Amino acid sequence: MTTHALDAQSLKEKKRSWVLRNRFLLLRRSTQLLVLALFLAGPWAGVWIVKGTLTSSMTLNILPLSDPFLLLQTMVTGHWPELTGLIGLAIVVVSYAVFGGRLYCSWVCPMNVVTDSANWLHRKLDLKKGWQPKKHTRYWVLAMTLLVAAGSGSLAYELVNPVTLLHRGLVFGMGFAWAAVLMVFLFDTFVSRHGWCGHLCPMGAVYGLLNTKSLLRISAKNREACDDCMDCFEVCPENHVISPALRGKGDDTPLIQHRDCTSCGRCIDVCDLDVFSFTHRFDTQLIQPTSIEPGPRDPVATKAMGGHK
Amino acid sequence: MSDLKKTGLSSAKRRQFLGDAARTACGCAVAATFLTVYQAQAKALPADAIRPPGALTEEEFLSACVRCGLCVRDCPYDTLKLAELGETGPATGTPYFTARDVPCEMCEDIPCVAACPTGALDHSLTDIDDADMGVAVLIDQENCLNFLGLRCDVCYRVCPLIDEAIKLEMTPNTRTGSHAVFSPTVYADACTGCGKCEKACVLPESAIKVLPRRIARAESAEHYRLGWEEKAKAGNALVPGVIDLPDRVPDAGAFEPVFQPGKGQ
Ligand code: SF4
Ligand code: SF4
Ligand code: SF4
Ligand code: SF4
Ligand code: SF4
Repeated sequence: MTTHALDAQSLKEKKRSWVLRNRFLLLRRSTQLLVLALFLAGPWAGVWIVKGTLTSSMTLNILPLSDPFLLLQTMVTGHWPELTGLIGLAIVVVSYAVFGGRLYCSWVCPMNVVTDSANWLHRKLDLKKGWQPKKHTRYWVLAMTLLVAAGSGSLAYELVNPVTLLHRGLVFGMGFAWAAVLMVFLFDTFVSRHGWCGHLCPMGAVYGLLNTKSLLRISAKNREACDDCMDCFEVCPENHVISPALRGKGDDTPLIQHRDCTSCGRCIDVCDLDVFSFTHRFDTQLIQPTSIEPGPRDPVATKAMGGHK
Repeated sequence: MSDLKKTGLSSAKRRQFLGDAARTACGCAVAATFLTVYQAQAKALPADAIRPPGALTEEEFLSACVRCGLCVRDCPYDTLKLAELGETGPATGTPYFTARDVPCEMCEDIPCVAACPTGALDHSLTDIDDADMGVAVLIDQENCLNFLGLRCDVCYRVCPLIDEAIKLEMTPNTRTGSHAVFSPTVYADACTGCGKCEKACVLPESAIKVLPRRIARAESAEHYRLGWEEKAKAGNALVPGVIDLPDRVPDAGAFEPVFQPGKGQ
């Protein structure tokens, strides 16, 4: 039985190239770089495609975009933005809410590279989980930032928001913003696994709220093939979202419906048995097990491969 | 029995939940306190940092500006910059300029204001001459060349509102006794605070500087009345029947000029 399992293991590793195992990671790095390049083409090369920063921008002098969290902070202080700001807000809110709220976190946000790297190091060093804040903490932080804004009448959180500090730093000049970014990196590596994006960031919380009814979903369609290698749990920045879909039985939906899922596609990348795939929220189809696959959920096979990463 | 067990369990769960919530709330309260103190400190705007045209009052500005930098990008003269974290300047990320580096050129179409998506730069400002970024103050009469009796005039000549915001006012040069001093004099109502004068001052350190209005201006008491204005308004003497004694004017004859042409020097 053990040899059988190992055979299956080497077999599945052989047929999946490195590129295939990192395809969504590579795609995401490309979009993150592209977004940054669009912002930098102006100041660096004089090609003005996008002006401003992720908090509020103007593309080709026609398309305004504004970050919901930033405008929310402004509005709770009692200030009403100009029409361009409100249009930009509407476009961003509607697009993310329809397509996938947390696409921002994994495909756009510059901090994602930092926290992903921190997590990579965390795994390499085989560190303990560390402090794991309770699951609603990010909403508490969100409420806190808004309360402070309302109480102080200023965008207080923007003085320390590492996400906007980083992006503004890259586009306009860093100052000491790198220190805030370094703190997030160290925090995620040594203090709390997935601590920042996965538990605290109030910006991510807002995009998470937009993610509740989004179209784009990950489906554990092929969950019957899962051999419990735990690779997806290991790599997923929000791994509590996986279980209900993957461990579902019978008619339970294979869709990952939790709003915390960032649609990063890492679970698709790492799964050698192609359990996961991108789909839309109405596709609840399951792939029926085929006889060729080695016995799924075979307790002995599971045990033999359990430690394998 | 099983019912009892159930409620016992759920109440333990509830206790734990409440405990967790209380802990998180306390953590957030601590963070909120730090943030409040920090933002209070960061509210201080240095006197040489000038907000773009149309900026709301500092208090309102800090509640409106999302620190996006769109105003910076649309300024054709690269006047504006965003404050970086750690620099002793305005609140991190907010736009400002330093007149001595690059002043505001007072663009007619005010692109910085048009670009602002939040209205932190007030869109009701449509005539740049109405801008109120600060007020120029001739801060050092001891070093200003015009006050020393020369005709530098540079700050006066560069002013976009020449003869309105800044005028040359002639007074006798008491040192030479026979020349005039053309003192550059700023009229605060007209001055926009663009900083062109401060930038242009020929001295190594400018003798004329743009300051925020709160520092540059005094405030007249509300009940003060200027007698001559009231008189003009009323069209006649305010207290009728008062004898108008002749004003005492310094005796012109007592002023002996040092240089007297025709006196054979
Ligand atoms: S479930 Fe998959 S797509 Fe969603 S956050 Fe986790 S790894 Fe990313
Ligand atoms: S008025 Fe013109 S020069 Fe002055 S800050 Fe605005 S864009 Fe720049
Ligand atoms: S454009 Fe408006 S909101 Fe953006 S940085 Fe300038 S003043 Fe602030
Ligand atoms: S700041 Fe100087 S140049 Fe500008 S309007 Fe005032 S006096 Fe004129
Ligand atoms: S430019 Fe400077 S030195 Fe010359 S008159 Fe103006 S303030 Fe004085």
